Amino acid sequence: MNATSPQTAAALEIRGIRKRYGALEALRGVSFDIQRGEFFALLGPNGAGKSTLISIISGLVRANEGSVAVLGHDTVGDFRQARRLLGVVPQELVFDPFFKVRDMLRIQAGYYGCGKEVWPWIDEMLERLDLSAKANASMRALSGGMKRRVLIAQALVHRPPVVILDEPTAGVDVELRRMTWAFMSELHRQGTTVVLTTHYLEEAQELCSRIAILDRGSVAVIEPTQQLLARHPYRFLRIKLAGDAQLPEALRPLVTGEVGGALELKLETRVHPIGGVFDALRTAGVAIEDVQTREPDLEDIFIELTGHSAQAAAANGAAT
Amino acid sequence: MSPDQLGFVTLLKKEVMRFWSVLGQTVTAPVITALLYLLVFAQAMKGRAPIYPGVGYTEFLVPGLIMMTVIQNAFANTSSSLTQSKIMGNLVFLQMAPLGPLQWFGAYITAALFRCLLVATAMLIVTYPFVHLPIHQPLALLVMFVLSASSLAVLGMIAGIVAEKFDHIATFTNFFITPLSFLSGVFYSVHALPPLWFKASHFNPFFYLIDGFRYGFFGHADVPILYSMLWGLGFFALASSVCLWMLVTGYKLKR
Ligand SMILES: Nc1ncnc2c1ncn2[C@@H]1O[C@H](COP(=O)(O)OP(=O)(O)O)[C@@H](O)[C@H]1O
Ligand SMILES: [Mg+2]
Repeated sequence: MNATSPQTAAALEIRGIRKRYGALEALRGVSFDIQRGEFFALLGPNGAGKSTLISIISGLVRANEGSVAVLGHDTVGDFRQARRLLGVVPQELVFDPFFKVRDMLRIQAGYYGCGKEVWPWIDEMLERLDLSAKANASMRALSGGMKRRVLIAQALVHRPPVVILDEPTAGVDVELRRMTWAFMSELHRQGTTVVLTTHYLEEAQELCSRIAILDRGSVAVIEPTQQLLARHPYRFLRIKLAGDAQLPEALRPLVTGEVGGALELKLETRVHPIGGVFDALRTAGVAIEDVQTREPDLEDIFIELTGHSAQAAAANGAAT
Repeated sequence: MSPDQLGFVTLLKKEVMRFWSVLGQTVTAPVITALLYLLVFAQAMKGRAPIYPGVGYTEFLVPGLIMMTVIQNAFANTSSSLTQSKIMGNLVFLQMAPLGPLQWFGAYITAALFRCLLVATAMLIVTYPFVHLPIHQPLALLVMFVLSASSLAVLGMIAGIVAEKFDHIATFTNFFITPLSFLSGVFYSVHALPPLWFKASHFNPFFYLIDGFRYGFFGHADVPILYSMLWGLGFFALASSVCLWMLVTGYKLKR
C-alpha cells in the first residue's frame, strides 16, 4: 500500500487519513511525513483529532480512508512489523489493576516478542523514571503521575525506534514535567523519532524541531518550529498610559487586549513601525507611563491559526 | 521461540496469572458451590432407583455437576477478563501489540481451559470420599471436556467483546448460561422427563456436553456418544467462527 521501501522510508507516512464518527468528521484527509530522528510536535485545540490520528497509527481505530506506514510498514497490511517499530503512550491513564509494575512491564515486553534480554532495560527505565521504589507495587497503588510514567515505560519496553506520546505531561506537576522532558530528550538524542502532543506550547517550542497544527481534522500548518515562529512578521507592544488618558482613535483597531492596566497592541512590522505609534501618541498629547514589547510566541501563532487558546483548550478537559 | 510465539505465550501467561491471583474466587468458590449441590441433592434423592444399571444417583450426579461448573467457569473466565479490560481501558495494551486474532483466540481459550482443568480436578478430588467414579472411556471424557470448556470459553469471549458493562455479562449469564446448564440433565436423566421437556432438552447444546461427558465415566449415556461429540464440535465451530469473525473485523473493539 505504501510504495517506499523500508530502508529509506520515513518514520511515519500518513496518507489521506479520513475518519468519521457518525456525522462527525474527526479527520478530513490528513497527510504528512515525519522523518527519522525528528522531534515532532502535533498540536491543536481539543477535539482537533490528534488522539484519533494517534489511535489510527497505533491500530486502535480504523480509518475510513487513507493509510499509515511506520518505517515503511503498513499499519494494517503489515501490522505486526509496524507495531513492533512503534511505541505509543495513550492519553488516558489506563492500567491493569491485577499486576505489579515490573511484572506489567515484562508482560508488555512479551507481547512484542521480547524476553529476558530486555529486563535490564526495564529496570533502567524504572530507575530513570524514578519508579524503582514502586517496581513491586501493585498498579492500583500508584499515584496518577506514577501511572503516567509507567505508561511511558510500557511504550518503550520493546525499544521502538518511533515513539508517540499523547499529552504525556497533562496534569503532571512541574518537577515531573521536567523529568519527562529530560527523558524524551535523551531518547531523541539516542536516535529515536519522538512525536509529542501537548497543550503546553512552550514545551513544543523548546523541544521540537518541527510542528504540525491540526485544527478541526485538517492540518492547518506544518513547519519547522523556527520558521513557524518567524512566520508572522509582527510584535506586541504594551503601553500603559499616564493618568486617564485615552488612546488616539487611529490606534484603537490595533488593540488586542488589556494586561494589568496596560493595553496590548499587535503591530505588523511593515505596516505599523513602532516609531509611528509613538508619533501618533505624541501628536495626540498622550503621556506614556510604561512601555514593553513582546515577540510573538507559539501561543500567538496557535491562536492566529485556530482561533483558540491552547491553554483554554487544556482547561476544557484533559480526557478527550 | 519466535517473537509471535512469545507474544502468544505471554498473553496466555497473563490470562492464567489473572485468575491465579484470585484462586479463591475462580477455583475454590465454584468447587464449594458444586459440593453443596452434591450434598443437598444426594441427600434428597437417596434411595431412588439407579438411573443406569449399577449407577447410583450420587455417582450419576457428580459428572454432571463437574460439567456444569466447567461450563459456567469457562464462560466466566473469558467474559469477565475481556469486559474488565475493556472497562478499565487496559485492553488497548493488547490492541496496540503485534498480536493477531488467532493469538488472542488461542491464548484466551487455553487459559480458560486451564482454569476448567483445575476446577474439574479439584471437584474429582473433593467428591472422592463420596463417590468412586469409574472412567470407562478416557478419550471420550477428554474430548468432551475440551470441547465443552473451549466452546463456552469462546462464547464468553463473544459476550466479552459485545458487552459494554458488567450488567450485560450478568444478563447473559443469568438468562442463558445458568438456565441452560441447569436444564441440561445435570440433576436427572432426560428420560425421566415429560415428553415435551424430553424433546426440548435435545435442542440444548449443554445437554450433549454433559451427556457425552458422563458417557466418558460410565460408558453409558442418554444419547450415543457420537451425537454428543458432533453437537459439541458443531457448537464449538459455530461459536469460534463468530468469535474469529469479530476479532478479524475488529467488531466492537475497533472504532
Ligand atoms: N469514539 C468516538 N466516538 C465518537 N466521537 C469521537 C470518538 N473519539 C473522538 N471523537 C470525536 O472526534 C473528535 C476528535 O477527537 P480527538 O481525536 O480526541 O481530539 P484531540 O485529541 O485533538 O483532542 C472530537 O470531536 C471527539 O469528540
Ligand atoms: Mg487527545
